[in-house]
Amino acid sequence: MKHIKTVNKPYLQSTLKTGGCGECQASCQSACKTSCTVGNQVCEKKQ
Amino acid sequence: MNKNIHKFHYKDVYFLLDVNSGAVHAVDKMIADMMDVFDGKNDDDVINKYMNIYKPLEIKEALSELHQLIEAEQLFAPDITVPPVFSEKGIVKSMCLLVAHDCNLRCKYCFADTGDFGADRQLMNRQVGEAAVEYIIEHSGSRKHCEIDFFGGEPLVNMPLVKHITAYVRKREKEAGKIFKLTLTTNGILLNDENIKFLNDNNISVVISLDGRKSVHDHMRPDAGGHDTYNRAVANFKKLVKSRNDENYYMRGTYTKYNLDFTNDVVSMADEGFDILSIEPVIAKDEDYAILESDLPQIFAEYDKLVNTYLQYRREGRGFFFFHFNIDLNNGPCVAKRLSGCGAGHEYYAVAANGDMYPCHQFVGREKYLLGNVFEGVTSTQIPQHFRNCHVLNKDKCRDCWARYFCSGGCHANADLFNNDIYKPYELGCELQKKRLECAIAVQALMSMENSH
Ligand code: SF4
Ligand code: SF4
Repeated sequence: MKHIKTVNKPYLQSTLKTGGCGECQASCQSACKTSCTVGNQVCEKKQ
Repeated sequence: MNKNIHKFHYKDVYFLLDVNSGAVHAVDKMIADMMDVFDGKNDDDVINKYMNIYKPLEIKEALSELHQLIEAEQLFAPDITVPPVFSEKGIVKSMCLLVAHDCNLRCKYCFADTGDFGADRQLMNRQVGEAAVEYIIEHSGSRKHCEIDFFGGEPLVNMPLVKHITAYVRKREKEAGKIFKLTLTTNGILLNDENIKFLNDNNISVVISLDGRKSVHDHMRPDAGGHDTYNRAVANFKKLVKSRNDENYYMRGTYTKYNLDFTNDVVSMADEGFDILSIEPVIAKDEDYAILESDLPQIFAEYDKLVNTYLQYRREGRGFFFFHFNIDLNNGPCVAKRLSGCGAGHEYYAVAANGDMYPCHQFVGREKYLLGNVFEGVTSTQIPQHFRNCHVLNKDKCRDCWARYFCSGGCHANADLFNNDIYKPYELGCELQKKRLECAIAVQALMSMENSH
C-alpha cells in the first residue's frame, strides 16, 4: 500500500476464544507496583 | 472521531490504532486528516471535504486502501464482548506479603506511611506466612503458576521470615504440583553478600528502588536518621545485579513534581549500568511534591524526550528496557487478561503482617476493603465480586476510551483514593497512561519499521 504501512497483525479478536488460561503473571507484581499496564504482559502460552 | 480508532503522531509519522483489533497503522498526513470524517461507509463525504486540499485521485486511492483494512478487520473491527471464561469465579493465584510493616528509610511519598501502613510497626510471623502459602495453594484451582511477592515496608528487615517462607514454598509447590514465582521489592540498603546469595540461589526476582539522579533520590529517600541513601543503594544494587548476570531484576523509580525532567533520571540509571528500568509518577494528594493537572504539558513533553533518548541509546548499541515502552504489538495478552487487569481483589490479594487480607498492597489499612484473614478466608465475600466486575467494559469512562485494552482500567487503589469509587478512574492517571501508551506504540512501531528496512 502506498499511504498505509500496517505495523502488526491484529490479534485481539482471536484471543476471545483461546485466552483466559490465567497462567500469566499478575501485572502489578512485575515492575511497577503502583500502576498497572497490562499491555506489556507476556502471555505464558506463547512462550 | 470514532471511539474505536485512535490517531496520534510522533514527529511527522502518523499512527492509527484500531482499538478492537489492536492493529497499528502508520499513515501519511492525508489519511490522518481523512480519518476525522471517514466512518467506513461515507466515501463521498470524505471526497467532498478534502478535494480542495488533496488530489481527488489520491483520496480515492487512499479510500481503497482503507477499505482493504476494513475487510481484513484491521480497521473498525467489531466490538469485543466479555469472554465466557471471564464470567467464572476468580481464583487467587498471587499474593503480596507485607512481611514487615517497618522500614529503614523514610521516603516522603511512601503510601505505606514509612512502612507502618498507619498502624503499629510489625513483622509477619511464620504462622501467617505459611497460612498465606496454603491459602494460594487451596484457592488457585487448576492454575499451575502462582506468585508471591515479599513486600513491606522493607522485606529485608524480616529476612528470617523471607527465608522460612521461601523454603516452605519450595517444599509445598512440589507436593501441590504448582510453580511459584517469587519476587522481592527492596530499597537495597540491607543487601549484603549473604542475602544476595540467598536471593540468587532461590531464583527470587527483585524489584529495586532507585529514583535516578543522586540529588533526586537523596531528596525523597532519606534513611530513618535523615541521611542520604543513594550511594549505599547504588553500590549494593550493582553488586546484586552483577551477581545475577544482569538478569532477573527490575529497577524502578518514582518521579514527583521535583523531577519532571525525569528523562535525566532514567539516563542516570542507564549510565550507572542498569538496563531494566521503570519510572512511575508519584501518587499523592495535597502534598508539595504531588503532580498536578497543570504539570501535564511539561510531563507529556518529557515523555517525548524519553522516547528520543530511548531510541538514541538503542541505536548506539547501549539500549535499555523501559517498562512502559515494552509492549508487544503482535503477541500481547489475551482479552480476558486485558479485562482483568491487575487482578486486585479477585486474583491477587495482599496480606498484612497480622494476616489480614486486602485487595492489594495499596489497600492495606483501608478498613472498608478488609477481605478477611489468611486463617478464616474471605469474610467480606461481596468485595471480590465487586473487583472482578470492575473491568473496562463495566466502567463508564473506560468503555469509550481508546486505551481500554492496554490500560485495562487503571489502578483501583488510585480510583478509590481520589474518587472514593473503584469504578471511577483517577483522571490524572488516565492522562499519563494514555500518553505513555502513545509513546510505547510509537516506539514499537518505529523499531519494527527500522528493522524491516
Ligand atoms: S482507566 Fe482511564 S486510561 Fe485507562 S481505560 Fe479507563 S479511562 Fe482509559
Ligand atoms: S489496584 Fe493498583 S496498586 Fe493495586 S494491584 Fe492494581 S494496579 Fe497495582
